[in-house]
Amino acid sequence: MGWTRKDLLTIAELDAAEIVTLLDTAASLQEIAGRDIKKVPALRGKTVVNLFYENSTRTRTSFEIAGKWLSADVVNFSVLGSSAEKGESFIDTAKNIAAMSPDVVVVRHSSAGAATLLARELPCAIVNAGDGAHEHPTQALLDLLTIREHKDRFEGLSVAIVGDVAHSRVARSNIHGMRKLGMSVTVAGPPTLIPPFVGELGVKVSHRLEEAIRDVDVIMMLRLQQERMVGGLIPSLREYSRYWGLTLDRLRSHAREDVLIMHPGPVNRGVELSPEVADGPYSVILDQVAKGVAVRMGVLLLLAGPRTGKGA
Amino acid sequence: MMLLIRNGRVIDPANSIDGVRDVLVTDGRIERVGAGLQPPPGAQILDATGKVVCPGFIDIHVHLREPGFAYKETVATGTRAAAAGGFTAVCCMANTSPVNDNGSITEYILDRARTEGSGVRVYPIGAVTRGLEGKALAELAELHDAGCVAFSDDGRCVMNADLYRRAMEYTLPFGAPVISHAEDETLSRGGVMNEGLVSTELGLPGIPAVAEDVMVARDILLAELTGAHVHIAHVSTACAVRIVREAKARGVRVTAEVTPHHLILTEEAVRSWNGNTKMAPPLRAKRDVEAVLEGLLDGTIDCIATDHAPHATSEKEGEFDRAANGIVGLETAVALLLDRLVRPGLLPLPTLVARLSRDPARLLSLPGGSLAAGAPADITILDPDATATIEPRSFRSKSRNTPFAGWTVTGGPWRTIVAGTVVTP
Repeated sequence: MGWTRKDLLTIAELDAAEIVTLLDTAASLQEIAGRDIKKVPALRGKTVVNLFYENSTRTRTSFEIAGKWLSADVVNFSVLGSSAEKGESFIDTAKNIAAMSPDVVVVRHSSAGAATLLARELPCAIVNAGDGAHEHPTQALLDLLTIREHKDRFEGLSVAIVGDVAHSRVARSNIHGMRKLGMSVTVAGPPTLIPPFVGELGVKVSHRLEEAIRDVDVIMMLRLQQERMVGGLIPSLREYSRYWGLTLDRLRSHAREDVLIMHPGPVNRGVELSPEVADGPYSVILDQVAKGVAVRMGVLLLLAGPRTGKGA
Repeated sequence: MMLLIRNGRVIDPANSIDGVRDVLVTDGRIERVGAGLQPPPGAQILDATGKVVCPGFIDIHVHLREPGFAYKETVATGTRAAAAGGFTAVCCMANTSPVNDNGSITEYILDRARTEGSGVRVYPIGAVTRGLEGKALAELAELHDAGCVAFSDDGRCVMNADLYRRAMEYTLPFGAPVISHAEDETLSRGGVMNEGLVSTELGLPGIPAVAEDVMVARDILLAELTGAHVHIAHVSTACAVRIVREAKARGVRVTAEVTPHHLILTEEAVRSWNGNTKMAPPLRAKRDVEAVLEGLLDGTIDCIATDHAPHATSEKEGEFDRAANGIVGLETAVALLLDRLVRPGLLPLPTLVARLSRDPARLLSLPGGSLAAGAPADITILDPDATATIEPRSFRSKSRNTPFAGWTVTGGPWRTIVAGTVVTP
């Protein structure tokens, strides 16, 4: 299938065929990582700006590597020391960057909807690298690619997404993607961390870890943002890890033997994941990170590459 | 000075008139309403054939932003917006800078209205607490003496129930209500839109309906305790409507208002990420919109008020969660209500007229709201057939923050008359 969109803003707006196109493109680029000389000329002469309003080492680095392996000129614009620190508005910053004629702007922002705003203001391609608690489409794509490589299919697979679903853009993007691809999804966590009406997105809700992980093909553990503690949403880290931490014991007594353990990182070891699970045989966490570069290459290629019929 | 408004459909709910009549105005007051009136010598004649002649519309909830925020709005521009929108009187909220929490600020606002205003009447509303801080009572008696017609910390909720009780007691002798911005800030904190499926999908922090409901319930119970009249500003939830309805049946002195946007838009509008869909209370669910309309129809909700809240473009165009709350309403309200509620048959025109004129006047004991002989000649004339596109650039208001830009509406204000003088810009 072709790719016609100017931007990658959400998984919610994509159809299954578009998601598969993104995954296939990413998959075809994976072998570059294994080459001696990791460089293809696909985006030579193209400029990619990483516009990061939120700290993120791994996503930014992943986009940067992806751009460089495709021979794009990659520029990092982080808030620290930038005009945003001097009070320039998001829109003004965006217009200034647009005036420098980038081909792609990759944006990470703490406000939901920021990437969509940018896409309206800027003529170039926008990639949403995470907007508030809204979406993080490239994370969902790398998760889906990881699942497909390990399970060879999507249709009929079941997934448990566990933890702070309420504040998770990773969960939202994955819920949309997994549902569109025919997977069944259970979200699990204490009720204070489950967003209202989430069932209307076609997912089941569980309030017990043991129940949620039984017989699923994939367990996706979410990072507990410890600063949420102050909000009074959970009583203590200790209690959270006791009831919601995934330990080897819990895994062995309740989950299937071929289950995949995923985590978007960074892992709070000993909180949502015990170290022996994070590093254990079920874990594909580092595989996810590797797939991240391929997915981001695929996205940049489809949005800025020469073969695409991207919007006039 | 005499004015004869001829041959319009006169809707005067206070006097149970709905029919083609002439209205004769002498020296700023209504002289007579009748059929086939002969124009007295020298009278100016306004042909209102095909138009609807109503008591002047009164908006009891606007923000004129002066003093302190003249870049958003001034008394001059706000009252011009009111005149353009068909309003003959507005009540302006106290969240200015400095706050209208003492008589000198009230006098300043009234002076601005006299010297710079469009002619539209301005009735200030005083703060309940000093600096809107919710800690100590404002100088309520002085505010009342200076001309404040009600008391409200609008924009903020007085979270301290004891202080709010004392405000109700203290103002009881003045016969002016307290106006409640009902929002439990512990429940709404951090929220930027209605809590529901849309907030879940967009990943925006939600404000649950119950943040409004618990405060409406509290303030009704305090009114019951003190015997005070509490007016609930911008009711937006089905539950709040139910609580007000039950309280009225019990005889509690409670009144309520609803905004045009809470009657017309739902939370779905936020999917646009347009900062002009952000306000407090937030746009609610469809069932809430249906419930506030039902409340307006059965009289549970006494009046429509715009909550005209001007903001500069820069305060609304960026990230949704950082956008300021509120939208302008004075220049769009009447047209939107006519087009979206009256034309489809959801709201009878006489009910709309009552909720914009007779009822707000009664609620705050303001002059107007009636075309009885001797009443001030404050008159709003509607053109029910004029079609227009809402174009923010043509607003008289200094601000452009409306979610209705580009909407095509049929019906709207035609002439606004205050004390017998046409003030339409």
